[in-house]
Amino acid sequence: MAQGNAFSQWLHRATDSDVWWSFKSSSLTVAAAAVTVLIIAVSFLSPLLAPHTPFDPSTLSLSDGLKPPAWAPDGDWAFPLGTDDQGRDVLSSIMYGTRLSLVVGIASVFVSMLIGITLGLVSGYVGGVTDAVIMRIADVQLTFPAILVALLIDGVVRGLISVQRHDEIALFVIIGAIGLSFWVQYARTIRGSVMVEKNKEYVQAARVIGLSPVLIMVRHVLPNVTGPVLVIATINLGLAVISEATLSFLGVGLPSTQPSLGTLIRLGNELLQSGEWWITLFPSVTLAALVLAVNLLGDWLRDALNPKLR
Amino acid sequence: MLAFILRRLIQSIAVLLVVGVVSFSLFRYVGDPISGMVGQDTPASEREALREKLGLNDSAPVQFLHFIGNAARGQFGLSYRTSEPVNRLILERMPATLELSFCAAVFALFVGVPMGVYSGLYPRHWSSRMFQAVSLIGISLPTFVIGILLILVFAVMLHWLPSFGRGQTSTFGWWTTNFTSWKGIQALILPSITLGLFQLTLIMRLVRSEMLEVMRTDYIKFARARGLSNRAINFGHALKNTLVPVITVTGLQLGSLIAFALVTETVFAWPGVGQLFIQSVQFADIPVMAAYLMLIGLLFVIINLVVDILYFVVDPRLRGQGTRAAGH
Repeated sequence: MAQGNAFSQWLHRATDSDVWWSFKSSSLTVAAAAVTVLIIAVSFLSPLLAPHTPFDPSTLSLSDGLKPPAWAPDGDWAFPLGTDDQGRDVLSSIMYGTRLSLVVGIASVFVSMLIGITLGLVSGYVGGVTDAVIMRIADVQLTFPAILVALLIDGVVRGLISVQRHDEIALFVIIGAIGLSFWVQYARTIRGSVMVEKNKEYVQAARVIGLSPVLIMVRHVLPNVTGPVLVIATINLGLAVISEATLSFLGVGLPSTQPSLGTLIRLGNELLQSGEWWITLFPSVTLAALVLAVNLLGDWLRDALNPKLR
Repeated sequence: MLAFILRRLIQSIAVLLVVGVVSFSLFRYVGDPISGMVGQDTPASEREALREKLGLNDSAPVQFLHFIGNAARGQFGLSYRTSEPVNRLILERMPATLELSFCAAVFALFVGVPMGVYSGLYPRHWSSRMFQAVSLIGISLPTFVIGILLILVFAVMLHWLPSFGRGQTSTFGWWTTNFTSWKGIQALILPSITLGLFQLTLIMRLVRSEMLEVMRTDYIKFARARGLSNRAINFGHALKNTLVPVITVTGLQLGSLIAFALVTETVFAWPGVGQLFIQSVQFADIPVMAAYLMLIGLLFVIINLVVDILYFVVDPRLRGQGTRAAGH
């Protein structure tokens, strides 16, 4: 009972805030949120919802191969969006593939957040030579587009380990590669905010009572600079999903045994010339819808959390 | 101004040195260069001799100096994959990438700037709203999806344009060009649009927001009060004052055009440097990767430097500040 009360109080506070108001009053944002939630929910429930298990070879039959979508003349309602050349159901592949794309996207955002926040906190709080070194590294990395950095990291890992081993750990390699290529923005933002915050009285007070610098940074400074981090994280989720799809499309991301949306688009692209458009078009549309929805949410969050724009 | 440019020059050299260290470490510590050159049954003594001859037993700093010296002369050794000299591989493919990036940049600028000016001047017109909606989609669609959609519509369904390769090219010395034949130009159209679309939306949004801001300023009101023509106000006064950020972004985007060319080149089987790089990543062909890295690093540093210098040409206010800062 007490718990229910606390929840309803929290709900009341949340729905009474101006962030909620700005969310409610933008129908585009509500639509984007609905699409995002729908895509996330369907993809994570894919083992329950998907009509077929596309990556279990025993359930596949080559005679089901290259069926067009159900509404086409030779379509089959058992495969609503058609099948690929192996007889895999396109709809089920998309559901599993979206889940993988989201996992990579979210995990790599966390990796870059972790690296960026740590380096930003240290850089802003410690200052001096440490700050200079970290920020110059950031400058150099920022000279190059993130996708190139990710490609390079992937290439180096391929040089260090065997091909077969690489396929086994491809998921972690790609999360690390994308994570490492997006940390700069977090570090710069956090560093800027920390430099402002560290001269405020609460930080000085914490220092006077003898707290360790690590504790001050994590417990006192960090909670005060989370707003901008949240905005960057949302915008970067879209970028991370695109990066993963691009790497997989280029054939250096996830292998075809565990296809993400990008891998599906690459495999379908090879059949595009012969007129089998559905194998590549539907994953492309899913990817575009996901990224567009996440970007709209990011745009809205940036405006809503920035009081200057209101 | 001189002091500013000098400082930037020193920074650029520092960046290049860091890039050099990274490519050198790739070269030196990832994979064994010897095993790429000799057969499997080469005795260890022969390998050791080759190692000595190539200077691989020298200390790391000495090797680094050798590496930089060779890189400055364009020598990056042999590709592990094809055993051809890396510099020749890259030189062969450079014209394809440069022509593609050039066309994409021209497309992005000459379509993006007018669209931005128009939607900045008439923000409530229906076509401006349409431009905005299209630009949002343009930013959300990954490059390769745009390419695939264009191929689907214009090559597979309508059969208007070719979907892969450079088509017909002619050779002048080491430079091969697409511009001499209609077939070659046709082959350029879809890849250029694919590559340039993202930059186009970026430029358009930037010009639009800058124009919106400038049109509210007092000097535009004053120009109207003086009775200047719309044309003189819009282009002579308003557009000119939006150019500084546009130059920065366009300049920096020029670098990412060449970087993103690798995605477009893969979609359209365009035989450029980017495709070479992707192949080298797939095969862990370290010499090619190192060379590409150095090349892109050099390119980005030059672009950044040129952009910085262009500021002074475009914005006289900076010139005053620069000399004053240098005078103190």
